Amino acid sequence: MTAFLTALRKDFLLQWRGRGQIVAIFAFGAATLLLFSFAIGPDSVALRQHAAGFLWLGLLLASTLSLAESFEREMEEQALEGLLLLPASARALYYGKAVANCAQLAMIGAALVPVMVVLYDAGTIRLLSLLGVIVLGTAGLSAPGTLYAAMTAQTRARQTLLPLLLFPLVVPVLLAAVKATSLLILGDPMGQLRPWASLLGAFAVVHWALGGLLFGRVVED
Amino acid sequence: MAAASQGPLPKGLVAVGAVLLCIGSYWGLAQAPGEIFMGDVQRIMYVHVPTAWNAMLALTFAFVCAVFFLFTNSWKWDNRLEAAMEMGVVLSLLLCTQGAIWAKPTWGVWWDWDPRLTTTAVMVFAFGGILALRAFVDDPMKRAVWSAVACIVAFADVPIVYFSVKWWNSLHQAQSTPATVSKAFHWPLRINAFGILFLWAGLVALRTRVAALRLRSEIAPPLPAPSARGTDARASGSAW
Repeated sequence: MTAFLTALRKDFLLQWRGRGQIVAIFAFGAATLLLFSFAIGPDSVALRQHAAGFLWLGLLLASTLSLAESFEREMEEQALEGLLLLPASARALYYGKAVANCAQLAMIGAALVPVMVVLYDAGTIRLLSLLGVIVLGTAGLSAPGTLYAAMTAQTRARQTLLPLLLFPLVVPVLLAAVKATSLLILGDPMGQLRPWASLLGAFAVVHWALGGLLFGRVVED
Repeated sequence: MAAASQGPLPKGLVAVGAVLLCIGSYWGLAQAPGEIFMGDVQRIMYVHVPTAWNAMLALTFAFVCAVFFLFTNSWKWDNRLEAAMEMGVVLSLLLCTQGAIWAKPTWGVWWDWDPRLTTTAVMVFAFGGILALRAFVDDPMKRAVWSAVACIVAFADVPIVYFSVKWWNSLHQAQSTPATVSKAFHWPLRINAFGILFLWAGLVALRTRVAALRLRSEIAPPLPAPSARGTDARASGSAW
């Protein structure tokens, strides 16, 4: 537990010192939200209907930058190898990195919500529920994303490989998060929010467990 | 399979598989009665359904190879993993193509966002991505471990993808069982299923051998300097 907290502190510190990068990733996400609206045209009803999809696509695209960046720094001066020499398990390093990535993505997601409200007129008063969906969705993105980023950071063509591996895997997250966010924006007369949130939770549990089990083999061999 | 792939068995499996596939396809195309609603269009099922079964089987075999590799660290499981994953992706691509050919006259569209179709497409991209990962990693050990890990993660994801898209939308008919399919259709389906099974098993065995040979060339000891060639060089060569 101490090793995990130390790893988490290290990753939060890294993020804080590179906070300019987080602002740049948020700007990238906001720019994608602006660009998606050109695919629909100035139809305010259609834009509002598609707002949840655009938000999550923007966040998914931004996540590849954020996840890749989180391991970019660990590759400099062979920092990762130094970390593995410390008396801490690889699992603690993984969970530290994944929690920090999840927090960063959730923050970017929450910051993109006002952009979505302004551009698509798609707001909700259930802000806590929306925050819950964003946290669950980003937990689902960051668990496999951290595992794959650890692999792709050490390869050629890393910018191509991370999305190629991650996007098909996170289809359930994208579907469930878009549905849940849509229900919050457009109304939920049938009470369908809970099953979609449960799917997000189930995906996150499976992948956080798998990531912790397999990360050691990825970085130690 | 690595040992078996050096004998005549793989080529025999390919030959038997090809013959069975020809017999099953002739039976399905010329002998079996046409389906009452779809007519001749239905005959693509004699190859489409067995392809679906075998694609799942090949990817399951790849998953088993990935688990065994992580437990044993034996190269033979990595070679089998590479072969099985390639076969699974090829069969899944064939499955999508056959499905699209069948969907156009029956559903009126080449593609529909139905659970089975979407899951298969996701599966193709997920496992295709792992093949791309293998192509970009030069270190054989890292390549083997990473692709085994990615294969396990992708395989564990398939049921979640399936249920998520099933809840999202549904059009594809429920899975057929011998009880729901007329007896006249059973034999061509069964013969083709075994034909494709033998065909891919033989091809996987042959592809495993190719992977083993490539691995041998990758991790072979460096040749001695030209001046040192002689008995030592022959000794190091004979180690392989």
